[in-house]
Amino acid sequence: STTLPSSTSALLLGDFPYFRCVMEVGEAPVQTFPSMVDRYFRRWYKTDVKGKQCEDHCILQHSNRICVITLAESHPLLQSGRKIKSISYQISANCSRLQNKVSGKSKRGGQFLTELAPLCRILCIDGEEYTIYSCIRGRLLEVNENILQEPSLLQKKPSTEGYIAVVLPKFEESKSITQGLINQEQYQDIISKRHKTTAAIMGNTDPTSLSDCIL
Amino acid sequence: MDSRGLEVMFPLKEKDRRVVQMLLSAGCCPRCILRFCSVGIQPTYRLSCKELFTELHKFLNDDEDKSKVVEYDQPPCKKIRLQDSEKNDSDSEQNGAVKLLSSGNVLPDDEVKTCTVCLGILQDLCETDFVKKVCAKVDSAGYHFNSLVFSVSLPPQLLVREHATWLLVKQELGQQGNILKKDDILQLKEVYKWITHPLLSEELGVPVDGKSLFELSVVFAHPETDGDCHFLATACRECFRPTKSKQSIFTRMAVVKALEKIKDGDFLQQFPHQLERPKSSCVIQEIQCTHDSIYVAGRYNKFSRNLPQTPWVIDGERKMESSVEELIGEPLKKMFKVDSLNFSSSGREDVDVRALGNGRPFAIELLNPRRATFLQNELKELQQKINSSTDKIQVRDLQIVTREAIGHMKEGEEEKTKSYSALIWTEKAIVKNDIDFLQDLQDLKLDQKTPLRVLHRRPLAVRTRVIHNMRVEYIDLHHFRLYLKTQAGTYVKEFVHGDFGRTQPNLGTLLNMTTDIVELDVESVDVDWPPKLDE
Repeated sequence: STTLPSSTSALLLGDFPYFRCVMEVGEAPVQTFPSMVDRYFRRWYKTDVKGKQCEDHCILQHSNRICVITLAESHPLLQSGRKIKSISYQISANCSRLQNKVSGKSKRGGQFLTELAPLCRILCIDGEEYTIYSCIRGRLLEVNENILQEPSLLQKKPSTEGYIAVVLPKFEESKSITQGLINQEQYQDIISKRHKTTAAIMGNTDPTSLSDCIL
Repeated sequence: MDSRGLEVMFPLKEKDRRVVQMLLSAGCCPRCILRFCSVGIQPTYRLSCKELFTELHKFLNDDEDKSKVVEYDQPPCKKIRLQDSEKNDSDSEQNGAVKLLSSGNVLPDDEVKTCTVCLGILQDLCETDFVKKVCAKVDSAGYHFNSLVFSVSLPPQLLVREHATWLLVKQELGQQGNILKKDDILQLKEVYKWITHPLLSEELGVPVDGKSLFELSVVFAHPETDGDCHFLATACRECFRPTKSKQSIFTRMAVVKALEKIKDGDFLQQFPHQLERPKSSCVIQEIQCTHDSIYVAGRYNKFSRNLPQTPWVIDGERKMESSVEELIGEPLKKMFKVDSLNFSSSGREDVDVRALGNGRPFAIELLNPRRATFLQNELKELQQKINSSTDKIQVRDLQIVTREAIGHMKEGEEEKTKSYSALIWTEKAIVKNDIDFLQDLQDLKLDQKTPLRVLHRRPLAVRTRVIHNMRVEYIDLHHFRLYLKTQAGTYVKEFVHGDFGRTQPNLGTLLNMTTDIVELDVESVDVDWPPKLDE
């Protein structure tokens, strides 16, 4: 988020009103100007996906029901020291997410995904491999090819340029897809609980340290 | 009208005698008889049915006592010269006498029976009472018009009856050694218009003009005889395609085609030579008045960052109050007295984006206006009224345009450049030097994937767009104003924030930092239309 110059008057950005920012001349801003993601999207989370500890995903849901699959900030890949060797969208012998093709307004032809459908596999230099999952049901529209060329994007800008995929839920299911997910508040709760647990085990008094989960 | 005048208008010949007799007995009305005798003189048909009937009988009884006046209402069988034939041979004739069909087919007692060919269309349904009835409906509809086009829809079975009668007359004339082509017969619709147009003009006080924007349409129906067409479906299967909707497959087009194809013999086998007498005439199924759409164009400025261009309604619920369309459209609706309109413009801006400068061209189609002619200063008044009613929008150059002119506007949407001004936020601190280089970039090519915010209703694709040039105004460490001139269809917001890196290059990649857009204004829409009006 950011502060606005005092010359700016009341504004509203985006396809639907999400935040209104009012500035008084010469005074401190009443509200800060939200980022593009916070203006257009609602954040949903799925933690410990497929039972794997801390492999948390963040689903950005647009008001037009399109969802962007991203890594949550607590995901092991986003912790310091992790170096990515390569990313692959070949998730099985027969299936590559790169082959996904949609056509027309109704996006026909896109691969249909269930919650645990793998999107990509990420290999680290230290040999660890992580799979990123869809977390929601829907049609795959596109995967991010930019991270193939520049894997560091994933770690530098996980919520924007480093996104994994764009998924379109079925119209009838657009409200129900979030049933299997948790909201930001619930996510923060889980994260703080984890830190307390980790801190207790490690004897660490710093509650904000985002160390890896070891249990 | 003296008898000599009538003689001039009533050009029946000897060869027509038998035809007239035959058709009269067959239950044909005087006007239809004249049509089958190829009488092409308009005023003849405008005589009243009564007069025509009298004249026909005069013609038939020509070589008898001319002073005998035929009573219109009297059964003519008593007056027509009969030559009783002992034999009932349908094709023979004796001593030049006309073979008459059995007396049961001649008009019985007092009623004027409905014509077996036109089903009343050329009888009461083209006369003064009918016209008055229709005009009353027109008056009550409240239209302003200075001319009209009159369109009539006739039930398709009339074509079948016409065809049957033609075959009958053709045969009769053939025996005399004469030919009757279908084209020689006067068209029912044409004659109908000859009679009704002057009556309508008189009643409504305006001329009938084929190019008029105001249309009066009357649809006739005759449910009693709808079945007359059905035999054609078996005779000419290929002419009648099944329709998905509930509408009948026996359209005029289909029936015309089938009648062209069907052989005379086949037709006569299926459809009786002697037409069944209808119990009553056609009925009016519908009287409708419509005025061609009127197009009003202009340019609008939008000063609000809280106003959608068109009404924002989701699931019947209004999400945002008012819209550009309604602020301009509602007053126009009242002025032109329309029930609905179509709003279109040369592109559009988001709810939160202002349209400055000369504004954006728009055109409104007003459907079925009750009032269509206005002076330019009346429109100017309306423009001033709209402008003083709200500060969210302003309208200029409001004028009536032709339908063809709308093309200019849509051309503008796809081809003409647009200029914008954007307030930019930068993640990293900047100094003036950091952004000056943007002004040196000419015709910067962008590859824009369909922005996520519109991806739900647009196909996924990559579009190449050009930013022709840019200008910057430094504000502070994290802000500057960016002016851009772009190709039509460029997504400016996405150029600024990058849309998850799906627009390449974007302002962020150019400056090597995260950038975002705080405010956007359209500074100009570079379309030369509609014509500028002097203030």
